[in-house]
Amino acid sequence: MGRYVIRRLLQMIPVFIGATLLIFLMVNVMGDPVAGLCGDRRCDPATAARLKKEFGLDKPVWQQYATYMGNVFTGDFGTAFNGQKVTELMSTAFPVTIRLTLVAIVFEIAIGITLGVLTGLRRGRPVDTAVLILTLVVISVPTFVTGLLLQLFLGVEWGVIKPSVSSEATVDELIVPGLVLASVSLAYVTRLTRTSIAENRRADYVRTAVAKGLPRRRVITRHLLRNSLIPVVTFIGTDVGALMGGAIVTERIFNIHGVGFQLYQGILRQSTQTVVGFVTVLVLVFLMANLIVDLLYAVLDPRIRYA
Amino acid sequence: MPDLMKSPAADEPEVALAPPSGKAAEAGEVGGARSLWGDAWRDLRRRPLFVISGLLILLVLLVSAFPGLFTSADPGSGDLTNNFLGSPQLGHFFQDDWFGYDRQGRSIYARVVFGARNSVMVGLGVTLLVTVFGGLVGMLAGYFGGFWDSLLSRITDVFFGIPFLLGAMVVLNAFTDRDVWVITGALAFLGWTQIARVMRGAVITTKHADYVMAAKALGAGTKRILFRHVLPNAVAPVIVVATIALGTYIVAESTLSYLGLGFASDAVSWGADISDATQDIRNNPHTLIFPAGMLSITVLAFIMLGDAVREALDPKLR
Repeated sequence: MGRYVIRRLLQMIPVFIGATLLIFLMVNVMGDPVAGLCGDRRCDPATAARLKKEFGLDKPVWQQYATYMGNVFTGDFGTAFNGQKVTELMSTAFPVTIRLTLVAIVFEIAIGITLGVLTGLRRGRPVDTAVLILTLVVISVPTFVTGLLLQLFLGVEWGVIKPSVSSEATVDELIVPGLVLASVSLAYVTRLTRTSIAENRRADYVRTAVAKGLPRRRVITRHLLRNSLIPVVTFIGTDVGALMGGAIVTERIFNIHGVGFQLYQGILRQSTQTVVGFVTVLVLVFLMANLIVDLLYAVLDPRIRYA
Repeated sequence: MPDLMKSPAADEPEVALAPPSGKAAEAGEVGGARSLWGDAWRDLRRRPLFVISGLLILLVLLVSAFPGLFTSADPGSGDLTNNFLGSPQLGHFFQDDWFGYDRQGRSIYARVVFGARNSVMVGLGVTLLVTVFGGLVGMLAGYFGGFWDSLLSRITDVFFGIPFLLGAMVVLNAFTDRDVWVITGALAFLGWTQIARVMRGAVITTKHADYVMAAKALGAGTKRILFRHVLPNAVAPVIVVATIALGTYIVAESTLSYLGLGFASDAVSWGADISDATQDIRNNPHTLIFPAGMLSITVLAFIMLGDAVREALDPKLR
């Protein structure tokens, strides 16, 4: 187990370097890193040249990347366009987005898996068809439309929730935004669980469990569900990173000042340091989530052992 | 739709040439065993979900190819004095005021009809690019294994690690003049990883099959084995994933428009119109409902198609 984890951690290094280098190149090559520093106007050439020299942007890209990564490992993520430290932005943005993501994941697990089990056991019945159609509709309507409609009805028309989230962004304010963020993944989790359950319910171990007289409830939760969860856990694990990065839309609709908000500002204002810094952290989160998923396999399926 | 079925079917005689024990060899016999695709096609024709989604997709393709057939109105010209946010006249089928007018007095029906092309082109374009590129990467990684697999899989992981929407935004922000090609390229740049992973998995399961061994034993070259034997038999899951992904690319384009990084504001596209309509949604929901509805129906059609094909191809679910 320990050796497996160490091997996996070592394998992550090239992927981490590659992904951060890629986003670094994308922001630097595609955009003009000093463009955002003169407000909405273009920098005049002399100022641009001076700024570039000051930030070391006249050096070759690989050297810039090495310097940047060196700084990141000492905890210095640079400064955003408005002079704030990127680490400062992170310390306010990440707690908010982590809360939002957790709410979304709870929805995915609670609603998604429940509906999946329910429909998987009743394949072809009216419940199954209804839920299946519902998931298709949720997937095909863009999230921002769903979000805006929920905000309009629940927030503005009926006054059930506050249409915009305060700067504290407490968990109860994040319930509806979390549901919006989770919506598409929720539909996928439902469908994945359904397929997996439907496939496994005819498996030998289920028949054995039924034959030895276990109560139906125990067969479903302990035998069927546990073995059917592997693809679902894989999906949810890779989704953690996607949710945090994809919160841009949800955070914009509900005015949540989290990671998505900072990234959106960073991208529009071409603040290299903000974008690369946040994405670096997101890549780390994504890699760790993947590792945890692989370790969970062994918990779910006793046949899987890591030496 | 028929195109989807045709390409693998067209390869059948080729497959039949080399492996004498292959299932395709029997496909030629009248009334004998059928091929995977022939079987799937028989099954699909009877599924209402498949027929409905297929017809819908044909309709959307027709609209995007010949928008002039469906409306005579100009999607770009508006009459502010008479038509400002005019409400829809649901009885006036195919008239300019069928879906009402937007805040610039332009016919929403005409905009929905003419907007189809951009969305469909982005969807088809991205799907084509990612299927060819991702499919190639996945096939090479899966077939050769070892060093190439490690290298290509790590590169795939690198691109997979960057959030899709975010990466597309960074790329698109560098362009001021964003047209179909730029948006297609930006989405394909980060979107190919999914197909690569599916293809790799499918090729790994296919490459040890008897007919691949037989082809090898008969001295077939690597290229021939890859494209004549492995690919036709590994392509099914890729087609399913690609069909479903096509819908999600259309959604991604509209989301980018909402974030101000999609089509330029003068372009006629569903995404841009939905994004414009968000400011009027409280008092004039019709400006949102029609473009958003058309987009969702199109996406739904592609997802249903992919679903139906998946179920037809998967014998475990029969």
